Amino acid sequence: MIDTKHIGRQLPSTTFEAEKGRLRFFAKATGETRPEYLDEAAAKAAGYRSLPVPPTFLMAADLDAGIMFTLLDELGVPIGNILHGEQSFTYHAQVCAGDVLKVDSRIADIYHKKGGALEFIVKDSVITDRNGVKVMEARSVIVARNHKENSA
Amino acid sequence: MSVPTFDQVKVGDDLPTLKLPRITRTTLALFAGASGDHNPIHIDLDFAKTAGMPDVFAHGMLSMAYLGRFLTNWAPQTQLRHYAVRFSAITPIGAKLTCGGKVVEKLERNGEQVVKLEIGVVDDRGELKLSGDALVALK
Repeated sequence: MIDTKHIGRQLPSTTFEAEKGRLRFFAKATGETRPEYLDEAAAKAAGYRSLPVPPTFLMAADLDAGIMFTLLDELGVPIGNILHGEQSFTYHAQVCAGDVLKVDSRIADIYHKKGGALEFIVKDSVITDRNGVKVMEARSVIVARNHKENSA
Repeated sequence: MSVPTFDQVKVGDDLPTLKLPRITRTTLALFAGASGDHNPIHIDLDFAKTAGMPDVFAHGMLSMAYLGRFLTNWAPQTQLRHYAVRFSAITPIGAKLTCGGKVVEKLERNGEQVVKLEIGVVDDRGELKLSGDALVALK
């Protein structure tokens, strides 16, 4: 079982730049073809400062820095056993290409269900811009499936 | 496409669905690279089998990204205030997903007119893959 002493623990903060090339790659990977998500002139014509960062893209900040995967490794949770349980985002400002963001995350909760067959790790993140203005909040719930206890 | 206004929209209104092409291994390889989620369970069949799965399966965040497209097709992204989902089933290779949703509430929040949407993604057999809600500000 994952030790609940980690509840409340602050995770390493990371800095992330939303790059145009990466945003176009993300658009391709998600079938996005609207010009404002691909072409900077079209984005500006639509009222954005540059290419808009899509609603779910900023997960990349955590993933590129390996924050969650490093934590799971440290907690002894095999990466092949995890599922994404829940995800939420609260938006305070539109993030665009070129923005440099800081991500601060903490473990908000750890709990289990089904006698420990399923363990849940809740991570909360606050994303701020260069001026320290909060632009987004995110919550991820990761589920770890424990096969051994499952079959017991 | 015209942006819906608060007065036009009624509780119970369905949003236009978004139908996605069939999920392939290429879809998952591209999404792994673009999203930064390199968990091999989504891209490496050998790894997936070792982990007890019959095959690789799609990233939950791929479906959430599709559902994000569905939301921002309806109203511009600058009007999206909150977006939350719960993942309920694994999406295998070959699945054909459809995003849908409806207006469930009209409210005022932080001095803005906002609609609450119930949203979800189903496959071609009607199995729910994820469901959730969104808050969208409308003028």
